[in-house]
Amino acid sequence: MTPGLKVLASGLCTTVQDLGRFGYQNIGVPVSGALDGFGLRLANALAGNPQETAALEILISGPTLEIAADTVRVALTGAGASLGIRGEKPRSVSAGQSLALRRGEVVQIVLGRQSACGYLAVEGGIAVPRVLGSASTYVRAAFGGLNGRALQRGDLVPLAAERASERSELRAPALASALPDQPVRVVLGPQHKYFRKESLAALLDTEFRVSRDADRMGMRLVGPPLHHKRGWDIVSDAIATGSIQVPGSGQPIVLLADHQTTGGYPKIATVISADLPALGRCRPGDPLRFAAVEVEMAEEISREAKREFANLAATLEPVPNENGLDIGSLYGENLISGVTAGFE
Amino acid sequence: MKVRFLSAGDRALVIEFGDRVDRGLSERVLRLDAIIRADPPAGIVETVPTFRSLTVYYDPLLTSRAELQQAIGSLLGHADNRRNAARLWHVPVCYEGEFAPDLAEVARLTKLTPGEVVVLHSGTRFHVYMLGFLPGFPYMGDLPAQLELPRRADPRLRVPAGSISIATSLTAIYPYESPGGWHLIGATPIRMFDPERPEPALFAPGDAVSFQPIDAAAFASIRQTVDDGGYLVESALVKR
Repeated sequence: MTPGLKVLASGLCTTVQDLGRFGYQNIGVPVSGALDGFGLRLANALAGNPQETAALEILISGPTLEIAADTVRVALTGAGASLGIRGEKPRSVSAGQSLALRRGEVVQIVLGRQSACGYLAVEGGIAVPRVLGSASTYVRAAFGGLNGRALQRGDLVPLAAERASERSELRAPALASALPDQPVRVVLGPQHKYFRKESLAALLDTEFRVSRDADRMGMRLVGPPLHHKRGWDIVSDAIATGSIQVPGSGQPIVLLADHQTTGGYPKIATVISADLPALGRCRPGDPLRFAAVEVEMAEEISREAKREFANLAATLEPVPNENGLDIGSLYGENLISGVTAGFE
Repeated sequence: MKVRFLSAGDRALVIEFGDRVDRGLSERVLRLDAIIRADPPAGIVETVPTFRSLTVYYDPLLTSRAELQQAIGSLLGHADNRRNAARLWHVPVCYEGEFAPDLAEVARLTKLTPGEVVVLHSGTRFHVYMLGFLPGFPYMGDLPAQLELPRRADPRLRVPAGSISIATSLTAIYPYESPGGWHLIGATPIRMFDPERPEPALFAPGDAVSFQPIDAAAFASIRQTVDDGGYLVESALVKR
């Protein structure tokens, strides 16, 4: 039987996502992929996967899953999130560490108030076919992920591995929360010159709020209306993820992973790539401030973020088991043989 | 208009040639795209040609805007390079009855008969300026001036897949059911996008398209062949 996760309850919008589908924007295919790429990478690092492995992206409310494989190692990220486990050994495990689950256990994933999204990575990955080079789900055109749609009750999410490897569990020092202490950084443009001076100033000086009109395509912000100098209907050009487009209403929309590849509204600024994960974690009602940086600075911040993640992945620490023993190091030193880590 | 380099964040460089829907401008965009695709400077992830500009997505770990601007700036000199041959597609369209819910209104607004609208639309060879909005959605032009209309004041929540639409100086085909504000004057039974095909989108930017009127019976028969996987859209290579 295919090893898998049986979906007992789907959650609001649970989809398979990896780091995105590149190379097809010229034929109108959005990049898609994780809203919070940092959260996905960290979940994969904890689960022992390559960073780009596909995982479950969970938005606002989490799914309930039954383990339908001998053993499965999972890792959940998302500040304030937790796994509630029912079975022979009921327990609650907070996000930010890996753990092994056994057949028949039921896991309810609960997200916290600090993050709109969480990632459940599974050791070995999710066994869905790649479409145009990516496992990411793109619901609007119904391809990628599991049958091109969000999970539904009764689905079996197929897994690549029948059982968890024998190693100690890992945990991360701390999880990033939704609300960045610092403003979200943007590079102005490409069409900032289409806006009045006072509207450019308003973008950088005012607090905005994420409206309820938010999904994987984008989030509408509430704040002072931003006024165009000339018209708001421009001849279409390409849209980069993080673009802040301003339609006739003057209320800006930040475009996220599933945004369309081209569009005809002026884009006042673009969120820098290093700050996209924080934006993806924002929930409706969260406040947002913006600060402008030059593109050279944004590129350097992006390089720095890459280095910081590599450092983080290198410093994940083993989780001591219930007896204070590090099972993994015991294996490593060959003191015990033939024992699997606490689930036999 | 002078070529402008604009940043769209730290991963996209926009090379802008103008701000209009214009064949000459489109040719410059597509030519630069062809030159870059033939021999991409290091660090380029993908390129997206649009009406007004070419957007070059890059990896800031491998290159920078400054390096790319220099590399691409030096390519702009090769303006007389011809781009690759394109295809001319012959797309079957039923302009009748339920397939053309806005045809009568378009005729009224343009002071033409429905038959004249069909003759004008199917008698024009269109240029695919760009793909966007949805996978495989082609923006094509230019419409004969008599057919130019603004978008509908009241957009539809559900435009059926395959709808042939017009608005402003452009015509388009909806590959998927979606909301839409263009006028629907016909429908095609062919599949515009299929991620399982070697070339998922039927058209590429720079291709040419002409529409061939068919009746409802032919629509049903072609749709059947498409569903069985046996329909080949007629096309020919054309030199640019």
